[in-house]
Amino acid sequence: MRLQIEDVLCTFCGCLCDDIKVEVNEGRIERVRGACRLGSSKIMGHNRIKSPMIRVNGTLKETSYEDAYRKAAEILVSAKHPLLYGWASTTCEALKKGIILAEEIGGVVDTTATVCHGPSIIGIEEKGLVGSTLGQIKNRADLIVFWGCNPSEAHPRHTLRYSSNASGRFIPEGRKDRKVLVIDVRETRTARNADRFLRIQPGTDYEIISALRMIIGGKAESLPEDVAGVSKKELIEIAEMMKSAKFGAIFFGLGLTHSRGRYKNVDNALSLVSELNSHTKFVIMAMRGHYNVTGAGQVLAWSSGYPMAVDYARGAPYYNPGETSCCDLLSRRDVDAALIIASDPASNLPRGCVEALAEMPVIQIDPFENPTTLFADVVIPSAIAGIEVEGTAYRMDGLSLRLRKLVDAEYPGDVEILQAILDNVRRLRDDN
Amino acid sequence: MIIKGGIVYDPANGIFGEEMDICIENGRIAEDAGGEVIDARGLLVMPGGVDAHSHIAGPKLNTGRIMRPDDSRMGTEPRTRVCRPSTGYTVPNCYAIGYRYARLGYTTAFEAATPIIEARHTHEELEEIPIVDKGALTLFGSNWTVMECVRENDLGRLAAYVAWGLRAARGYGVKIVNPGGGEAWGFGSNVKSVHDPVPHFDVTPAQIIRALAEVNERLRLPHSIHLHFNNLGRPGNYTTAIETLELLKDIKPSRMRQVVHVAHMQFSAYGGTGWKDFESKASVIADYFNQTDHATMDLGQIIFGPATTMTADAPLEYANARIGHQKWSNHDIELEESSGVVPWVYMRKMPVNAVQWAIGLELALLTRDPWKVVMTTDHPNGGPFVNYPEIISLLMSREKREEEMKTLHEVVRSRSTLPSIEREMDWSEIVIMTRAAPARILGLEDKGHLGTGADADISIYSIKPDEIDPSKDHAKVKAGMSRAKYTIKGGVVVVRDGEVVAAPQGRTYWVDAAVPESEMDRMLSALKEKFERYYSIRMSNYMVQDAYLSNPFVVRAGVQPLKEVI
Repeated sequence: MRLQIEDVLCTFCGCLCDDIKVEVNEGRIERVRGACRLGSSKIMGHNRIKSPMIRVNGTLKETSYEDAYRKAAEILVSAKHPLLYGWASTTCEALKKGIILAEEIGGVVDTTATVCHGPSIIGIEEKGLVGSTLGQIKNRADLIVFWGCNPSEAHPRHTLRYSSNASGRFIPEGRKDRKVLVIDVRETRTARNADRFLRIQPGTDYEIISALRMIIGGKAESLPEDVAGVSKKELIEIAEMMKSAKFGAIFFGLGLTHSRGRYKNVDNALSLVSELNSHTKFVIMAMRGHYNVTGAGQVLAWSSGYPMAVDYARGAPYYNPGETSCCDLLSRRDVDAALIIASDPASNLPRGCVEALAEMPVIQIDPFENPTTLFADVVIPSAIAGIEVEGTAYRMDGLSLRLRKLVDAEYPGDVEILQAILDNVRRLRDDN
Repeated sequence: MIIKGGIVYDPANGIFGEEMDICIENGRIAEDAGGEVIDARGLLVMPGGVDAHSHIAGPKLNTGRIMRPDDSRMGTEPRTRVCRPSTGYTVPNCYAIGYRYARLGYTTAFEAATPIIEARHTHEELEEIPIVDKGALTLFGSNWTVMECVRENDLGRLAAYVAWGLRAARGYGVKIVNPGGGEAWGFGSNVKSVHDPVPHFDVTPAQIIRALAEVNERLRLPHSIHLHFNNLGRPGNYTTAIETLELLKDIKPSRMRQVVHVAHMQFSAYGGTGWKDFESKASVIADYFNQTDHATMDLGQIIFGPATTMTADAPLEYANARIGHQKWSNHDIELEESSGVVPWVYMRKMPVNAVQWAIGLELALLTRDPWKVVMTTDHPNGGPFVNYPEIISLLMSREKREEEMKTLHEVVRSRSTLPSIEREMDWSEIVIMTRAAPARILGLEDKGHLGTGADADISIYSIKPDEIDPSKDHAKVKAGMSRAKYTIKGGVVVVRDGEVVAAPQGRTYWVDAAVPESEMDRMLSALKEKFERYYSIRMSNYMVQDAYLSNPFVVRAGVQPLKEVI
């Protein structure tokens, strides 16, 4: 039977576009319309892990789900300080289960945010976040600034649906009614479509932001003629551009969070936006990568009070990024087992951390094979959230949406898998 | 279950401190019952507490948690066999909210403001709050569709939109915050009075408030409009308060209740022309409430120490951030609202804070009828709800108020009438302000009283009303009210000797209001266009799905006279 499903949510990036059309035939996805190439390929699927596997004598051997659950529980129960990492590409419901598991085994829950927008979150702890939903920007923003991000390639539908090229109530002509400013260290595709591109030297974001703050705060006379390679004149023009907007919006990416200065860059950018509100209306938003990395932070915050890097070893949540975040724990060898879900730390963490992971028992829950599978000791294939199971995800602006189920799954969902592991953990504990 | 020999206060049923037994069968108050016997001889027994205005769930709560790890660190309690771990003081995690309400003897709490488009998040958090029954009021005050209907004077379409909005948000009632101001804030401005037109929409706050009040009654909603005034938090704003209340005087309520409930009145009872000559106008406001019957209020009492202000009044939060040199979060919500979050500290020696503290108490003590006044702190705006026992002891004891005033800035004596107020509340009045009145104001028929058939939500305190004098023994009052001896929720003992012993899932209340199909169709066709052009999500992904309410309690209302009321 052929079925056309409308208004499907795309589970690729933080845009969480919800207007995708998917054609399903005989329980298989045949065609995806309206998504970008990245989203389309995610929805069509690829390289599924076929069966649960347990590593025996160095090689992964296929096994039953029951055995995989039991083995996973054994690893977690015998660990002194396990790490439960990932959560960016699964549902909020899965993380809720994961937190219960962490509470019971005294583990650490951390999300991929600590290696992407973790500095942004610390910036928010310092300054707050002057933000809005994406629709507010679509309807009102006459100036869009992309700082250290490249939506044309990383969030391909962002500009059309929500930002520079979108039309809205007070911006009826879309791109024509807006100005677009790109600030980056290289000329990206996004920069080529901008009205103005400010190319800055790597690692100088903090200086540039500080200079803009000084100009906006009326202290331009104290600035040198040249700030980190940018002329004072150009900075004044850019500050003027910001101040004269009716509604400005800054989107920032890892170019800001992971260049020299890290959370201080974000802190400074948040301050800039806060101060711009003395002159006009301005908001700022992090370009979140994975489709539900925002949701992972939300669930952790309402469950534990903290948005990432939460250690349950003391029976109560303890949070100290730099101590309880995954890279710090791994580089100090402060965890002795890991459950990796909906993420690929082997491709994304610093080498030393990956080496640490490779040395400890690792459980992987994921629909897809990835480099982390290469050293995982228990591999549990799962159904794909938003395609084979429903659940909740949060868009980059914090809007919560419900993912749909499009086709039946041959695999259990993440919630089911985590519940099964939790049941096994409880059983093992009772036996002891 | 039988609760034996307690001194029962159930003002809604005319019971004021009588020694009697209470029977519980199937989660409800019954004529007789068997089973477990709870010995409450001589102890204070009352219906479970009902909080009609508290911020307990949704995006702004989580923003508060995320921007305040310092706060999360306070109040940390490890997990127990029953409880998941707790954190936070002004912005507790979800579990702490449920446990702490239960320990105070509260069994119901309503989230006071959620935008429709973000209601899914609100329900996700409500689901995680254990024990208490709950619901969320839905924001309509700066909504484009609302303002367009008001401009076109199309109350039929507005009623359809409100009904649809409540359904979409699984909301309980109509909340209006700084009407029009949220939209003006979209370009960084605000509305300055109830007659100041909203930019681009050609309507005034006065028109929005009146139309929503009329529609609220047309829909026979269990709760009235729930209003956060324009100019809230500004010196001299008591005139805006009176002016707004006057707008609603001639509207007839469709149920036995007020036509407007004023949120956190304390923040709108200010005199003076600026912060320097800031003074209390609580007596003017209380007089108004004494002379009229169409409005009720909750206090928004402030508590000294840390707070986290959070409101859909975004321009107010911007002002707060600037005044307090505080970190500031803002969140504008497309087509619907704006909001903000700013941490705060209320200080005893700060003149403004001292007067604010007095205003809340004055409002409670000068308003003669306790049925018109609900005790709240507007958690966590005036302070966290865990401080309710402190307020109770202040209301019951002049001596305690005098002691407190000695620790405050001296302006509290010259700029408020509190020093001259002799009234000391009795237990009946406290029970009305914390149970009976909020239940009636919200339209919760089975709550706030102990009549046969009511929900078996009961609190028992280690206080012997016949033996202690609250005006002298205020420390005992505060201590006793802080840790219920028993809290019974729906017939289940959830707190025993101040400890949580069970954490069942509470119900979520929402209102399903019927409107004529033709009106709904007319409204929807206009709304569809709005989604196509202006919203950033699809209409089909907008509604809160049933999956987010595991234990719903649907209250029916609507335009047509409904069967059960004929």
